[in-house]
Amino acid sequence: MNTQVLNMLLVGIKDTLYMTLGSVIIGYILGLPLGVVLYTTGKTGLRPNVFVYRIGDFICNIIRSIPFLILLILLIPFTRFIVGKSYGSTATIVPLVICSAPYIARVVEASLNEVDTGVIEAARAMGASNLQIIFKVLLVEARTSLIAGFTITTGILLGYSAMSGTVGGGGLGDIAVRYGYYRWQTDIMIVTVVLLIVIFQIIQMVGTKVATSLDHRKHKGK
Amino acid sequence: MEEILNISNLTKRYDDLVVLDHVNLSVKKGEVIVLVGTSGCGKSTFLRCINALEKIQEGKVSLDGEVINPAGGKLNTVRERIGMVFQSYDLFPHKTVLQNMILAPVKVKKINKKEAEKEALALLDRVGLLSKKDSYPHQLSGGQKQRVAIVRALMMHPEVLLLDEITAALDPEMVREVLDVVISLAREGRTMIIVTHELTFARAVADRMIFIDGGKIVEEGSPEEFFNHPKTDRLKKFLDSFSYD
Repeated sequence: MNTQVLNMLLVGIKDTLYMTLGSVIIGYILGLPLGVVLYTTGKTGLRPNVFVYRIGDFICNIIRSIPFLILLILLIPFTRFIVGKSYGSTATIVPLVICSAPYIARVVEASLNEVDTGVIEAARAMGASNLQIIFKVLLVEARTSLIAGFTITTGILLGYSAMSGTVGGGGLGDIAVRYGYYRWQTDIMIVTVVLLIVIFQIIQMVGTKVATSLDHRKHKGK
Repeated sequence: MEEILNISNLTKRYDDLVVLDHVNLSVKKGEVIVLVGTSGCGKSTFLRCINALEKIQEGKVSLDGEVINPAGGKLNTVRERIGMVFQSYDLFPHKTVLQNMILAPVKVKKINKKEAEKEALALLDRVGLLSKKDSYPHQLSGGQKQRVAIVRALMMHPEVLLLDEITAALDPEMVREVLDVVISLAREGRTMIIVTHELTFARAVADRMIFIDGGKIVEEGSPEEFFNHPKTDRLKKFLDSFSYD
């Protein structure tokens, strides 16, 4: 393998990580609060509010029901407005964020729903306000599940970032499509796929490790 | 003795189902009241209404003259003054025993962390769990968890303590260690309202017994007359269901 290809792959890895981590971080900045709002205003939440819940619920469902590839194309004008161009790895982050935020919100909502209602009630009985319950009890008690959700989301975004390669998104997916599909250079395609698998494994491994080490509910070593 | 808690005409309904029907109760400072009744009679709901974990449809609950209004803004400060311990312990699973105890005092009452820790350690020592201060709830037995839950509630210096079937989920051999703590609290003059099925314990700890049936207080009195000379048939029947001779 010549250095040109090697360099290309290195840039591909860098772009892939940039897109994945960039979108997962911004996705969480938007999705985490949205998830907390969904949980809080839900039927069994801290402060049920049908109106707010319905709006959040509706937005999440609409965006999540649009296939990512279509969303990628639909959002081109918006992406161009935000980033200045519609191709390249930075531009890809925009549709990735739009696609992941509602998904993240759902994952967060599900994690918070797992927290034992008795524990929340105990906090409430001790005079904790809703905000205190959210920050000091819910997010703390749900952390194992939240990190598991974070890991899953990162894995999905890694896959989606590769998918964006089909429309000039950059990264390993882009390389796989351009060289492997359009130029029949199967070896390069296989290398990119292997690299994606390795990155995915690392993300999953780290995520699982962190989640396990933060979990105090079970006996360690079991 | 002066009255600390006043409950008047408390009515709790779930749609058409009346759970509590115009209940009145006055609790004096230092008094230990034990509520008994069949499952589903509304005694747990009654406790939950007292510190406004449940909205009430009619009546009011006043603590030291201050009305607890579920719609009012002062709700949390009133909840701080009423401690509650639940059947399922409800310790925070991801926090150590010590962290469990200081969370609310530090975050809600804004007490200095060092001071809160000092107090927590003293309380743990009192219930014989000082060595468990850094354990997580899953490492404790049911009885130990419940003792932690009780002292955790005490950390807020509640004026009234509500105990909701705190031994119902425990293995029989662990019931004693928890009830001993409650008895010692009663002896130091804590105001408590206790829901329990442990009648022997009730007899030992209660200043006043109350029998709830069908959402109403059917009978109340000193443990002596309550157990030995029940006036109503319903209470007689209830007490009979506990004896096997």
